[in-house]
Amino acid sequence: MADLIKLTDVGKSYVKGKEKIKIFDHLSMHIPEGDFVAIMGPSGSGKTTLLNLLGGTDRPDTGAIEFDGKHIEKYNEGRLAAWRAANVGFIFQFYNLMPVLTAQQNVELPLLLSKLGASQRKKNVATALQIVGLADRAKHRPREMSGGQQQRVAIARAIVSDPKLLLCDEPTGDLDRTTADEVLSTLQTLNKDLGKTIVMVTHDPAAAKYAKKVLHLDKGQFNEQELAA
Amino acid sequence: MNDRTLVSKNLWRKPLRTTLLVVSIFIAFLLFGVLGSFNYFFQYAPDTRGANRMLVVNKINFTQPLPFAYVNRVRTVPGVTHVAFQNWFGGYYRDPKNLVQTFSVPPEDYRLVYGNTIKMPDAEWQAFFHDQTGLILSRSFAVANHVRIGDHIPLKSNIYTNSSNGQQAWDFTVRGIFDQAGPSSAYFNYEYFRQSATFGADSVGMIVLTTDSPKHNDAVAHRIDAMFANSAAETSTQDELAFFRAFLAQRGNISFIITLVVGAAFVAILLVVGNTMMMAVRERTKEIGVLKTLGFTSNRIMRMVLGESLLLSLIGALLGLGLAALGMWAVGQSPNLSGLQMPWIVAAVGFVLALLFGLITGIAPSLSAFNLKIVDALGRK
Repeated sequence: MADLIKLTDVGKSYVKGKEKIKIFDHLSMHIPEGDFVAIMGPSGSGKTTLLNLLGGTDRPDTGAIEFDGKHIEKYNEGRLAAWRAANVGFIFQFYNLMPVLTAQQNVELPLLLSKLGASQRKKNVATALQIVGLADRAKHRPREMSGGQQQRVAIARAIVSDPKLLLCDEPTGDLDRTTADEVLSTLQTLNKDLGKTIVMVTHDPAAAKYAKKVLHLDKGQFNEQELAA
Repeated sequence: MNDRTLVSKNLWRKPLRTTLLVVSIFIAFLLFGVLGSFNYFFQYAPDTRGANRMLVVNKINFTQPLPFAYVNRVRTVPGVTHVAFQNWFGGYYRDPKNLVQTFSVPPEDYRLVYGNTIKMPDAEWQAFFHDQTGLILSRSFAVANHVRIGDHIPLKSNIYTNSSNGQQAWDFTVRGIFDQAGPSSAYFNYEYFRQSATFGADSVGMIVLTTDSPKHNDAVAHRIDAMFANSAAETSTQDELAFFRAFLAQRGNISFIITLVVGAAFVAILLVVGNTMMMAVRERTKEIGVLKTLGFTSNRIMRMVLGESLLLSLIGALLGLGLAALGMWAVGQSPNLSGLQMPWIVAAVGFVLALLFGLITGIAPSLSAFNLKIVDALGRK
């Protein structure tokens, strides 16, 4: 498989007070299209920063980030936003759904950035909710749903615009084991059946087992561990 | 769903808070609508004045009388075409609260000076001329008090006593009903006043005149005032427009104070609404971060936040201006404030103010949303 993502010599640091904290220095990696990668590592190892860079929500100080052969680190804010809308789905630990919107409306949000008409948007939303098994909860608001259901709505929101890449930041961190397994199975299905490339940051070794590959990030460097093919 | 849905949903996510904000804005615009309408109403009067009509009043104050003899002397001034006079009667009908601006006037001369303002059929003028106890009334007063032509009605003066009955009640026969903008008013024959009043018959409150051309107003004023210079009752002659503007200027100080108070209320509410909007956006930091993550641009999010404050402002303002318009219409049904209504200019200025209010209160939170970085919003460093 061709690489979907390629990082070359990426450097990133943050300024905290008077201190400059270096996260990465010359970090390089590549993720083939259709892969399911789990990234593990101790707190402060740079997992979330990496996810931010992969998703174009943050920029590297140095180095290059290629997505499908295109250098996204050179995009301006508007182009990067459009790129995110078209190519990346995000799943967060605490779901981050809009409390004032129903499940259906939450899932529809990314489609507001597309040129789809209302009826097509409605169809796509229904399909996405069906994939995550929540067609019957479409009219419910987040507070009327369990954590697992909310996370599945978040997954539906992430896939509704049919992005190539799904970025998951501790997607099961707020869920019990059973619900976590359901959510992870859903992600695995999306990877196997729909060919989505998934990058998942997790602390949970059990969650990481759902991935094809686990990358251990420590002090800005990777240690790779292959899992199931 | 579209951006408007998001704006509306976000605005009403805390209904009590939004309702209280709407009420604050509503009160500010209600005050603006009411005061603006009153101000316009009082300013409106000069528009109906004749450009060549002039008023001669006592130089000390227009409430001080002038000797009756001045009337005929003014007639001799070159450039003067018609001369009449009017005496303030201070009338009310039945209830002291039911005021009607009443003047005793010389009917025929008065028509020559004010015929274009007091619009009434010639037959009614003629009836007025020929009945010494005749009274002509503005239509607003007649309608409000169910008075018709031919009715005998008493008007009471809060100044003059009627020597024929020793009371302050004066009997009149309604001889005409005229259309005139402004407060309720009535005119009766000066002869009736002169023969019945226990005092005041040898003086006039104000001499009114027309000139042969507005261009000659200044010269005529100069001649009249020079004629009575160094007398016991010096005069001040002005064209009617200037007189009413000066009169309104006295009221203007009160208007200015009211404007300051309303302005202060506006600023206070502006700060409250602006601060609350800022707080509301800060509460949604994470959601804004998520929207940006999904691909919503900073510009689009800024527009949505600005849209929220504009919508909030417009809801409050339209309710306030709407109630003010309704209230003005209701008050305008009263005879003393006949014709009072919210003019379109006040509504238009109110609308523009509402937009400005929305923009000003929304600018800080929308800029804050615009500048918010995703990693900061989501706490993902």
